[in-house]
Amino acid sequence: MSQDNGGSDPSFEDRLTIARRKQGLDVPPKPPEQDGIGGSPWGIGARIGVELVSALVVAVAIGYGLDRVFHTAPIFTAVFVPLGGAAGVVNLWRAMAPKQSDRG
Amino acid sequence: MAAEGSSSIDALGQFQLHPALGVIGASVRFTQSNLMMVVAGLAVLALLWVGMKPRAMVPGRLQAAAEMGYETIMSMCIDNIGLEGRKFFPFVFTLFFFILFGNLLGVFPLFFTFTSHITVTLALSLMVFILVTAVAIKEHGLHFFSYFVPQGIPVALAPLMVLIEVISYLSRIISLSVRLFANMMAGHVMLEVFGSFIVMLGGLGLLGYFPAALSLGVNTILIGFELLVATLQAYVFAVLTCIYLHDAVHLH
Repeated sequence: MSQDNGGSDPSFEDRLTIARRKQGLDVPPKPPEQDGIGGSPWGIGARIGVELVSALVVAVAIGYGLDRVFHTAPIFTAVFVPLGGAAGVVNLWRAMAPKQSDRG
Repeated sequence: MAAEGSSSIDALGQFQLHPALGVIGASVRFTQSNLMMVVAGLAVLALLWVGMKPRAMVPGRLQAAAEMGYETIMSMCIDNIGLEGRKFFPFVFTLFFFILFGNLLGVFPLFFTFTSHITVTLALSLMVFILVTAVAIKEHGLHFFSYFVPQGIPVALAPLMVLIEVISYLSRIISLSVRLFANMMAGHVMLEVFGSFIVMLGGLGLLGYFPAALSLGVNTILIGFELLVATLQAYVFAVLTCIYLHDAVHLH
C-alpha cells in the first residue's frame, strides 16, 4: 500500500488507467476534454457570436467614454468601432485557429 | 408566475429578485439569489465533507464524485496552465463548483438560478480578469505590457495593433460573463415559454391537448439540454480561466 503511493507513481498510474479503460470508466470524462470549448455546433456558434460582439461592446464603450470626456462627439466612437470589429476578429482567430498555441 | 394572465407569457418574471428569509432578509436586502449562492456554497462544502468522510480505498458514489471533481480540475489546471497551475487550483476549483452548483440547482423547479443574472457573472469574470492581470504583473512586472505588442509586426502597424490587442484583452470580461449569463437565461426563458404553452393550450379544451402534450415533450427534452448546458458552461468558464491564467503566467 505504502509502496504504491511512494516511488512507483508512474507505473501505478499507467496500470490504473489501463484498468479504468478496461472497466469502461475512462470513457465519460474524456469527451469534454477532447472537444475543447463548446463542443456542439450550437456551442461553437454561440461562442463565435459572443467573441465578436464582446470586443465591439468594449470598443464602443471606450470610444463613447472618450467622447464624453473630451466632448468630441462622434470621433472616438467612429474610430473605435472598426477597431472593435478588428479585435473581435482577433478574438475569433484565437478561439478557432488551428492548433499552434504558442503564439499569444 | 406566467399563468396569471393567460393572454401573455411573462417569460422574464422568473428573474425578478425577491427578499428571502422573511423580515430579516427584507431588512438587509437578502434576495433569493443570495440565498441560492449560500445554498450552492454549502452544497459544495457538503459534497466534499460528507463525500470524503469515509476515506475508503474503494470510494462510494459521493466519494468518487468528490475525487473525480478534484482530479478533473487538477488535471485541467496542469494541462492548461502548466505545472505552475497547481497554485491556482483552489481558485479554479471554487469557481467551477460554485458555478456548476448554481447552474444545476437552477434547473430544479422553484429554485432560482443566480448565474442567470449578468451582475453575478460579470462580478465573477471581473474577479478572474483582475486576478489574471495581477498575476501577470506580479510574474513579469512591466514586461507584461509587451503582451499587447504581437511579435514580428511592422513598426508602422504597432500602434494600431496595440489598440486592437488592448480591446481584445478587455473584451474577455464581457465574453466570459455574457456567455454564461446568456446560456443560462436563454434556457430558462425557453423552459418558461414552453411551460406556459402547456398551461395555455391545455386550457383550450380538446383541441389543445395534443399540442400541449407536445410542449410537455419539448420541455422534457429542454430539461435534459439544460443539464448539459449547466455543466458545459461551468466547464467552459473554468477552462477559459485556466487559459487566461496560462497567458498570464507565460505571456505569449
